Amino acid sequence: MDLQTVWFILVAVLWIGYFVLDGFDLGVGMLLPIIGKDDLRRRVMINSIATVWDGNEVWLLVAGGATFAAFPLWYATMFSGFYLALFLVLVGLILRGIGLEYRGKRNSDSWRRRMDWMITVGSALPALLFGVAFGNVISGTPIEPLAGTPAGTDFAVNAMSLNYTGNLFTLLNPFSLLVGLMTLTVFMAHGAIFLALKTSGEVRDAARSVALKIGLAAAVAAVGALLWAQAFSGRVAVTLPLALIAAVLWLGALFMTMRGRDGWAFILSTATIAFAVTEMFVGLFPNVMVSSTDALYNLTVYNSSSQSYTLTVMTIVAAVMTPIVLIYQGWTFWVFRKRISTSMIPPQPESGRADDRYAGVGR
Amino acid sequence: MTALQLSQWQFGITTVYHFLFVPITLGTVWLVAGFQTAWYRTGKVKYLQLTKFFGKLFLINFAMGVVTGIVQEFQFGMNWSEYSRFVGDVFGAPLAMEGLLAFFLESTFLGLWIFGWDRLPKRLHLATIWLAAAGTAFSAYFILAANAFMQHPVGFTYDESLQRAVLTDIFAVLFQNTAWIAFLHTLAASFLVAGALLAGISGWMLFKNRQVDVFRSSAKLGAWVILISAVVVSVSGDMDMKIMVQQQPMKVAAAEALYSTQENAPFSILSVGDVSGDSATAIMEVPGLLSFLATGTWDGPDSTVQGIDDLQAEYQATYGPGDYIPYVPITYWGFRLMIGLGMIAALYALWALFAMRGGRVPRSRFFAVASTWILFFPLFGISFGWIFTEMGRQPWIVFGQQLVSEGGSPLLSTTEVWLSMIGFTLLYAVLAILEVALMLKYIKAGAPEPQDVVTDPYGDAQKDDDKQLYFAY
Ligand code: HDD
Ligand code: HEM
Ligand code: HEM
Repeated sequence: MDLQTVWFILVAVLWIGYFVLDGFDLGVGMLLPIIGKDDLRRRVMINSIATVWDGNEVWLLVAGGATFAAFPLWYATMFSGFYLALFLVLVGLILRGIGLEYRGKRNSDSWRRRMDWMITVGSALPALLFGVAFGNVISGTPIEPLAGTPAGTDFAVNAMSLNYTGNLFTLLNPFSLLVGLMTLTVFMAHGAIFLALKTSGEVRDAARSVALKIGLAAAVAAVGALLWAQAFSGRVAVTLPLALIAAVLWLGALFMTMRGRDGWAFILSTATIAFAVTEMFVGLFPNVMVSSTDALYNLTVYNSSSQSYTLTVMTIVAAVMTPIVLIYQGWTFWVFRKRISTSMIPPQPESGRADDRYAGVGR
Repeated sequence: MTALQLSQWQFGITTVYHFLFVPITLGTVWLVAGFQTAWYRTGKVKYLQLTKFFGKLFLINFAMGVVTGIVQEFQFGMNWSEYSRFVGDVFGAPLAMEGLLAFFLESTFLGLWIFGWDRLPKRLHLATIWLAAAGTAFSAYFILAANAFMQHPVGFTYDESLQRAVLTDIFAVLFQNTAWIAFLHTLAASFLVAGALLAGISGWMLFKNRQVDVFRSSAKLGAWVILISAVVVSVSGDMDMKIMVQQQPMKVAAAEALYSTQENAPFSILSVGDVSGDSATAIMEVPGLLSFLATGTWDGPDSTVQGIDDLQAEYQATYGPGDYIPYVPITYWGFRLMIGLGMIAALYALWALFAMRGGRVPRSRFFAVASTWILFFPLFGISFGWIFTEMGRQPWIVFGQQLVSEGGSPLLSTTEVWLSMIGFTLLYAVLAILEVALMLKYIKAGAPEPQDVVTDPYGDAQKDDDKQLYFAY
């Protein structure tokens, strides 16, 4: 396998990592108004992700950084092309991060309401827009050489002048919106499944019933999007089975939720996300961005990658670091494995005061 | 304004903003780790109180560093796509390494530190803050190495057929002197800021006569941190100057608004008139000082410092016609404000130590006012340091390789950049209000009282399933 393919796979793995891990953070954020009927429940939800959300978000940063290092032309074309969409993603991530970190730091109802709103909107924007962006990457967008590119340029060798020529509204096409709807609903259900696993009592009960309802909606969106995606797939013989496996896994996750097997449900919804992302990347390969103008202008792993020296260096760094990161991130989940319930939430947020600890249980 | 100019403004605004929180993080995390270690070693409750107090302020600040940092990571592709295409082969590597080696470390272990008090044995919990601190330093190192490549590109070749830079030596990129000297200088400057945060807040508390025993320790520590970092900042700044004269002589000349090549070149402390020409009049000029800073000799042929006009002619001969002169007023004043504002903190530190000598507690109102404001001097000083460094590199985005005017995203419309710039600016303004309000709230609340801190939260928490959490949002 050549290094370009290795890095294509690694980038896919990083996105899977991001969608699986931050996917449930985004989901919990979006569910705040639905499951979080009162402040205590909302605090249970927030504390279920507060310990890990930042580390989960780093998967996105590394996916971006790895794309920059391994496929600079892909990074440059996609990030400059999807400019306003990414701006909105950034706004969302900022709102969410600040909301999560600052919510408990001031004791006022209006403050908490505002922060809750920031968390929910800040989670929904990226959840939707990542899907929209992916939809566009695989279905194709107008990508053309800049005016003044010399005639006879071989774009398979030198894709320097290829740029996205559409605008924000070009991105909002039916297929991509459907993919966005899929990520939005799947992350919501994935978040609910995570909550069911991480909490006990009333929050868990609510999370399970929400997981089922939204999970069914997500199943519809996902089946629609994944089947439609076959139209853009370069190898339907592989991607169609992958899509079907993803669908089956998802139904399995819902079934396990129904049976109250939270751990299995979470493993299965994780696997669903992994298969769905794999399906998209396999269908895309060897392209990394499809040009709807002319297949000559496709960005591929070959015309947009760094050269072999950089790829080799990065392969070594990734091979050494990724296992280490996985170990200590996994350990964090182990340290905070205990289920949280409303009765375990100390009355005063953010204080760690002696009297809270011995103040008895609940409020 | 063109989309490119707007992108420049946006990058400048968002980066300077990001770097208001970064130095506080970079310095304070070590000091908090130090307090916790002192508590672990001595068992004195006051160190735990300080850990909690400054730890909280640190976390409020850290959150801002994180959310504004993501914007930085994306902006290279969004606004500087030609730049990203041109140097991605080289520049992307340290950025990706930063994520893998640093961001994961700092964010994961900080999560463990915040919520792990009753989940981890004391010693392991202490280790988490040290690991997070190491993560912030790694992060600074990698991003500064990336930035150093823009100041002094090494370890690459230009590939004709690909029309872009190709990495040939990663070690040259990561370990060139431009990178590690900038790291030393920036980290020392960040400690200066963190020292001022400590000393300033503690000084105010002493004036208010609150928790005097606790805050006297942190006031003293803060003052010492300021003094030591001031020395390191000066030494490393001097080293920086000496390599800069080799690597970016135009920046040295612009720092002094030196138009003609001179031996025994003077350094003006201040000047009046327009420095973007030969018409400014220097006040308080020290003969030979610029030569000494740049070359290590005061006089004689070895002390020659090239002037702007000669360099411009030389660059035109090398790179073709064009204007290779940065905007001189900014470099001239940026350089002076960097040093001046930073060194004011050192004066304050001397004053504070004097006022606290032999167990004394400073009570003067003047000292209290100075304490309230002292943080902002090195904090703005450090911003001016960056503004000087980055503006002094103009018109290059990668020195000698690519101009800023060639680095933008070619098809970005002014509307798009206006929208994002206004969006970021408004959002950042609101966030600044929230963050300052929280900071003030927690400063005014003071450190938790000894009876309010649990000195041994780890205990049976792991066994007892339904126990209330020790700490939660
Ligand atoms: C000298 C230090 C330094 C400099 C010059 C920069 N940063 Fe920074 N950055 C940090 C030092 C730092 C840090 C200390 O590691 C931060 C600050 C607070 C924090 O959370 O980590 C951080 C946070 C931070 C984050 C969030 C990390 C997380 O989620 O944990 C990102 C993505 C970036 N930065 C990216 C950048 C980029 C692309 C920069 C270049 C323009 C940049 N930073 C300049
Ligand atoms: C080490 C990481 C950094 C990198 C990789 C970096 C990168 C860049 C880039 C790509 C530009 C070109 C855009 C332009 O010329 O406008 C730039 C300019 C600039 N940067 Fe940095 N920068 C870094 C750190 C900083 C910091 C920490 C500050 C200040 C706190 C800063 C302040 C500026 C300013 C003021 C400009 C000029 C903006 C303008 O031209 O209007 N930079 N930097
Ligand atoms: C005697 C004192 C100082 C000297 C001689 C000095 C010198 C320098 C020089 C020459 C540079 C430009 C480096 C380059 O572009 O390659 C620089 C940059 C910088 N300075 Fe200073 N400096 C001094 C004090 C300070 C102080 C007090 C602060 C902080 C408050 C500070 C913060 C910075 C920062 C953040 C940068 C940009 C990062 C870098 O390139 O290292 N400096 N300084």
